[in-house]
Amino acid sequence: MNALSPSVDVNATPMVRFEAVGKTFGGTGGHPAFTALTGVDYTVQRGAIAGIIGRSGAGKSTLIRLVNGLEVPSAGKVFVDGVDVAALDAAGLRALRREVGMIFQHFNLLSSRTAFDNVALPLEIAGVGADAIRAKVLPLLDLVGLSDKAGRYPAELSGGQKQRVGIARALATSPKLLLSDEATSALDPETTQSILELLKRINADLGLTVLLITHEMEVVKTVASDVAVIDGGRIVEQGRTFDVFTRPQHETTRSLLSAASGGAKLPEWISADLKPAPQPGDRALVRLVFFGETAFQPLTARLVAEIGPDVNILAGAIDEIAGEPFGSLVVSYPAEPAVLERAARFYAETGLTTEVIGYGV
Amino acid sequence: MAYDMLLSLLGKALWQTLHMVLVSGIIGSLIGLPIGIFLATSGKGELFEAPQVNRIVGLIVNAARSTPFIILVVAIIPFTRMIAGTSIGTSAAIVPLTIATIPFFARLVEGSIREVDKGLIEAARAMGATPVQIVVKVLLAEARPGLILGLTLTVVSLIGYSAMVGAVGGGGLGDLGIRYGYQRFMPEVMLAVVIVLILLVQAVQSAGDRLARHFDKRTRKN
Repeated sequence: MNALSPSVDVNATPMVRFEAVGKTFGGTGGHPAFTALTGVDYTVQRGAIAGIIGRSGAGKSTLIRLVNGLEVPSAGKVFVDGVDVAALDAAGLRALRREVGMIFQHFNLLSSRTAFDNVALPLEIAGVGADAIRAKVLPLLDLVGLSDKAGRYPAELSGGQKQRVGIARALATSPKLLLSDEATSALDPETTQSILELLKRINADLGLTVLLITHEMEVVKTVASDVAVIDGGRIVEQGRTFDVFTRPQHETTRSLLSAASGGAKLPEWISADLKPAPQPGDRALVRLVFFGETAFQPLTARLVAEIGPDVNILAGAIDEIAGEPFGSLVVSYPAEPAVLERAARFYAETGLTTEVIGYGV
Repeated sequence: MAYDMLLSLLGKALWQTLHMVLVSGIIGSLIGLPIGIFLATSGKGELFEAPQVNRIVGLIVNAARSTPFIILVVAIIPFTRMIAGTSIGTSAAIVPLTIATIPFFARLVEGSIREVDKGLIEAARAMGATPVQIVVKVLLAEARPGLILGLTLTVVSLIGYSAMVGAVGGGGLGDLGIRYGYQRFMPEVMLAVVIVLILLVQAVQSAGDRLARHFDKRTRKN
């Protein structure tokens, strides 16, 4: 069962489905074409908070813009709630966009409108009357915790407050899907957490499906029930967030993980001197990852008992991914055949996930 | 010259100037506004994409703007006669003034609209706004301070231009200054004209500045 999104129903029509989607920009008038996405197959289940993570330029902005038709795919099809986005005419597309809210990295609020009027804008656009707008906007400002700021202009609000207005605005037309384009990337860590909490609450209370793109591991780790890792315009790995992050298969996922705060980090002076193969007298540096069952066992004591007394703990961290505990430990012991053999046996017995980082003194 | 005589001449000239500036300012900016919006939104990949037409309109606007005003006044005399029924007098002067206002204001409008953050257009598209809704609710609303300053600059320039239409008998303050102050050697008339013009421009400019500031919510005010 999914700990974060109890309302996910895998049997229903998925909220978003990408089928072999490709996107190429330019290529006309002698300019070389730029391929942003290739062969993307991707599904967002109804009620999920799905995260797509990748570095800048990986193609994630293009991907999210295909969902509400801000970009048109060059190949393949994008379905939102079973509807082929590319097959819609202009009016149909506008109707779809009213059912898909979007929030942005730089908030994109109108500076000339108050918080209230910014939230009212999508309703005005949809032709809703003034009384109905009032009845809709005030509860939304309340939901995002800004009922006392209704008359403030964006310039008078903090970054976090602006994004809250952005979220209220995205919810104004009661959408079934919320797209989040790097919504917390311009915010400090504390504000990021509060915005993510708000997104979780909205997902749980309103049953709203959320698709978010980010380059921040922390964001995906905190809110996303499912994650896809994108690199070079391809989705290189996807699955439940916990599985992907605790057992990363692809190189990109690993490097994103080690760049993030997640997991134990070695001090620079140790990691700089590591060698890929042992020399006589060297010690092996190994990362141990434990989660689920193993997270609650007294592993360090057993480690010393099994491998021998000469075990050093270099770094360690306990973390939480998608609501589940996840720990990692970097240890070192002599890189001697006898010790290594005992260690291997111990790992096999306990089912610990291990990774040899390198060898050093 | 007698004081009351000077006053009556000044009053009449001021009225003519205001008349010319107001009428040509209103008509010219009403025509210039949509042209400016079009210039700002019809480039490649933009809201009303029409790059060919955009280029042609841009060329015409540039041509009109690079023609010295006094040349424009004489060059379009046949057109003026067609519109105003005469080529002499205040009403006739309004025609070239209006023609000069259109491209001038259009470029200022274009500039103000282009300064609106592209992210806002994207946000409005994502909300399901039509292109017209984007222009009205987003672009014009957000560009309002810039548009007001542009209009102010246009009116100030018009006051300057209107001094030249004495050449076609348009009258006004500039004409008074040339005919009495310069040609009849009456420095007190020239001085009075210059002072009235300074006050007029000053009043227009500070009114425009205040209005623009009032609508500008881009920075926090304490």
